[in-house]
Amino acid sequence: MNMNKSFHYFLFSFFLSFFFVFFANSPASDFSNTSVQAPAPPLNMKAFDTPNDNGHSITITWELSPDDGAGKSNVISYEILRSDNPDSGFVVRRMVAAGVNTYEDGGVKEKKSEDYFPSHKNFYYRVRANAEKGSSLSDVSPPAYAYGQLFHTGRTVILVACVIFTVFTIMFIRKAKKGEELYIRPLAGIEAVDEAIGRATEMGKPILYILGLGTAADVATIASFTILARISKMTAEYRTPILVPCNDPIVMIVAQETVKAAYLDAGRPEMYKEDNIFYVTSMQFAYVAAVNGIMVRERPATNFYLGKFYAESLILAETGSVAGSIQISGTDEIAQIPFFVAATDYTLIGEELYAASAYLGKEPLLLGSLKAQDWGKALVMISLILGGLAASFHLDFFIKLFAVKL
Amino acid sequence: MDLGTIIWNTVALFLTLCIFSFLYKDNPFYKFAEHLVVGVSAGYFAIILYFNGFIPKVWEPVTQKGEWWYLLPTILGMMTWARFSKKWSWISRFAIAFYMGIAVGVAIPLEMQQRVIKQLHATMLPVHFTNIQGVWNLLIMLGVLCGLIYFFFSMGHKGVVGGAARLGIWILMIGFGAGFGLTVMGRISLLADRITEIHNWYLMVTKALWGF
Repeated sequence: MNMNKSFHYFLFSFFLSFFFVFFANSPASDFSNTSVQAPAPPLNMKAFDTPNDNGHSITITWELSPDDGAGKSNVISYEILRSDNPDSGFVVRRMVAAGVNTYEDGGVKEKKSEDYFPSHKNFYYRVRANAEKGSSLSDVSPPAYAYGQLFHTGRTVILVACVIFTVFTIMFIRKAKKGEELYIRPLAGIEAVDEAIGRATEMGKPILYILGLGTAADVATIASFTILARISKMTAEYRTPILVPCNDPIVMIVAQETVKAAYLDAGRPEMYKEDNIFYVTSMQFAYVAAVNGIMVRERPATNFYLGKFYAESLILAETGSVAGSIQISGTDEIAQIPFFVAATDYTLIGEELYAASAYLGKEPLLLGSLKAQDWGKALVMISLILGGLAASFHLDFFIKLFAVKL
Repeated sequence: MDLGTIIWNTVALFLTLCIFSFLYKDNPFYKFAEHLVVGVSAGYFAIILYFNGFIPKVWEPVTQKGEWWYLLPTILGMMTWARFSKKWSWISRFAIAFYMGIAVGVAIPLEMQQRVIKQLHATMLPVHFTNIQGVWNLLIMLGVLCGLIYFFFSMGHKGVVGGAARLGIWILMIGFGAGFGLTVMGRISLLADRITEIHNWYLMVTKALWGF
């Protein structure tokens, strides 16, 4: 009897433990665990067109889950889901780390691209907060569609600056045209141009003009074209040949047109030789090797290095110095100016290169723009002093006026 | 070590020495290396332009995607070929004018943004004397102001303006000096790299010929 009772106790306890073990590992228990571990969902979903873009992206923002960095503190990531139907079809677009509460869902405008993002089409978004075990979904955002903006409000300050500068330029050009005397201080590098061309004429040797490695779209190269026009005109008047080896085919074409127009302007079109303005190669050091060869074989009396220069600046300037040429250089590449200062006779530093054409031409149009540049600089200085004061006294609104948003 | 590696390394060494020979004076070896590198690079760029420019930016969009408007800039580009004819060379000016107009139009706001407004915004620094950073900020602002005064073209550098301009050019020269030293150090490392190459060639050849 006792043995039978013991057996029943054993059997009962076996089933009881089996019951606990079974239900402890059942999916239902998983659910109960998950409900304990699942984070609270993100709140306050917002979706709107990304401002100041070309109309192929939507920005989504949300309030972090209360369990992100607080509460249960178990959020490890968020998934952004998108659908064109508020009730179904949500697919994951991106996963971001915990603590992030914004995402820009964008793509390209090419319809055939896999990354195409349509404009003017409503989309709905949800954000899922993920924990180690379990997750929770936010509400569906209101519909949003992407559209492009014609005006980038983050760049208003650039527009204002360009308008002010344009007004200054027009104002001073009109003054110069009326015959008002506009003083410009002497610049050693520019005053040496006449002397350098005269020396080449006396020696019967050519002038070498290097436009640098920039493209025709670089501001330094554009400035160099205008200087080339002035110098070519002088060389035409003095009957001195000018050699212009080019690194870029487009630069060569513009240089040829510039020199041709200058010779025509000087009344000596028959002296223009197109072969003197030629393309060498677009590879930096191959170009340098060729120009070095020209320097030591042609022995030009004067070398001009005006434009965009990189690592080749010192090699060129040193070779020219060894060849015994007078050298006038100018670039807006800050890293290369020291080499020109060290190895050439005269250097136009940065903005002096832009101003050089006005110096050489002394035309109202260029003198007016030079004066406008000075007024622009004065305005920059005033803004800088005010900005420094604003930063010192924590008046951030003034500094924000100059912030450019890309 | 295979024979091909030895031959090509020897060619590289020979061309390096040809270029270095210019340090003595212009000579036939330098001329050979110069013409070789110019010719090879010009041919190389022609191929690069064809495969990285013409094929993906003209041929494929037009023939495979039907994006015929890519033909418009292509026609503009082809207009520059009119320069080969004296009679029709004026046609190329349209393409140049278009290119220059676009270039200048894009460059002006970009330069205003990158070189003026952004620099200005970054230089608006708080000046104070509670720590060293505030003093540095004052020096930065003074340096920028004096540098700007140096670049005034419509005022003579006399009196106070002259003094500020002189300080400005000093600050610029200090900056240029630091830049000069930094870049020269970079060039020295390039030279060291070439010398190492020559040394490696020597080791390679001695090992191939005498086994040590």
